[in-house]
Amino acid sequence: MADVPEPESDEEEPETDGGVRAYTVRLELVDEPGELLRALEPISANGGNLLSIHHERGNITPRGHIPVEVDLESPPERFDGIVDALRDAGINVIQAGAEHYGEELSVVLVGDLVETDLSETLSRVENEADAVVKDLSLAAPEGTNATASARLRLAIDSGRAEQVFEAIRAIGTDKELTVVEPLLGGEA
Amino acid sequence: MRLAIVGAGDVGRSVADLAGEYGHDVVALADSSGAAVDADGIDVEGALERKAGGEPVGTADPATLFETDYDVLVEATPTTLGDAEPGFTHVERALETDHHVVLANKGPVAERYEELRALEADSAGSIRFEATVGGAIPVLSTIEDCTPQAVTAARGVLNGTANFILTRMAAEGLDYEHVLAEAQDLGVAEADPTFDVDGTDAALKFVILANVLADGGFSLEDATVEGIQSIPGSALELAAEDGRTIRLIGEASRDGVRVGPRLVPENGALAVTGTRNIVQLETKHAGSLHNSGRGAGGPETATAVLSDVGRLPEL
Repeated sequence: MADVPEPESDEEEPETDGGVRAYTVRLELVDEPGELLRALEPISANGGNLLSIHHERGNITPRGHIPVEVDLESPPERFDGIVDALRDAGINVIQAGAEHYGEELSVVLVGDLVETDLSETLSRVENEADAVVKDLSLAAPEGTNATASARLRLAIDSGRAEQVFEAIRAIGTDKELTVVEPLLGGEA
Repeated sequence: MRLAIVGAGDVGRSVADLAGEYGHDVVALADSSGAAVDADGIDVEGALERKAGGEPVGTADPATLFETDYDVLVEATPTTLGDAEPGFTHVERALETDHHVVLANKGPVAERYEELRALEADSAGSIRFEATVGGAIPVLSTIEDCTPQAVTAARGVLNGTANFILTRMAAEGLDYEHVLAEAQDLGVAEADPTFDVDGTDAALKFVILANVLADGGFSLEDATVEGIQSIPGSALELAAEDGRTIRLIGEASRDGVRVGPRLVPENGALAVTGTRNIVQLETKHAGSLHNSGRGAGGPETATAVLSDVGRLPEL
């Protein structure tokens, strides 16, 4: 476990077993019942922990297969074993790589989201806060010209939450948006 | 102990009312217009009846309160910001004459903490202020028991009005203005709820917590404060879809004080409902501790004052 950084202090070290990284694996599945389950089995059997599965049913690959994106975490030394096990099981692995993003957190933005150019806000979150916007839910009960709320699901590097939210706060101040951050730390 | 109570609002009156039950005598009760003073113990019932009838609590000059023989000054005048007067001068007068002081008034502890501690150091009396943070909930005494050095941070909900509004907004899908009007009808929110909904009241309490943890150094202007006025019902709906809700959360550590609306797990400890308050203490060696209960109200806050009186040494 030489690549695990030493914790800087007790306070900042989350209570995990340590040494786990997040990975994204892109698979191509044959459109047959049970195929997805068959593809996931080697992951858990080899020490991987499933984070999310994006099953793009409507999106067929040129070969007529269904692309599936799987986010998982595992100890780095076990990841190759997971990919090998998938291939051994006859699953077509398109892409397997390390993702830096180890944490998923939600944030709610409130304000004139449409007026202030929501897509620009999202790209600023990605660029300035160095987070990936995985998912967006918008609620604008009074129409898009009035106050609206948006929930962003963000993927961020483990241990970088403070910096990410500091950057999002600055974007909020700049665009006159209220930023409702998650409460981090403590046993909620 | 012989108590001299300055301030005859909900808290001051409740302290006078409950003091006997806790084994203490009330020798003076004063508000801004008059005082009841009697070295053998005032007629509390009579004084409270006069107050209820719109009269001063007594006919004596309020200043005579300090001239009577008492052990503990109970400072329960309304919280003021900035110079924290007249509360600060009341405390100063009591300490300079070697009396104990128990505060329910947040102003002096939040705004002039170091000055209070300096006055205390030169006095035979000591100060306590459990009632300034979280009403009936034993927050400061819990920190004292853990020893402040072993507590790294305090987080939580310390304003019942804001928490009530957010709870109702989430439950009924209503907007802020609707729920605020309802809260005012129920008497949960005051006619002018500004300090509750803009985060000031909660911030004062977390400033006091930061002062206790760091042994001073903070006042309201050091806190980053955001209120709940701009939170629409739709934000609470989106939070709920994700298993979360929004609460006005304060955080105090040795590095600073922050109060603002935050996402917390819907079924988590900090998502208390209605007017309930909660404080989470983060400890060095024992994880999180949670204290929850009624954070406001006359009798509730008076119990914190009287517990403090019980913790004071004999002079």
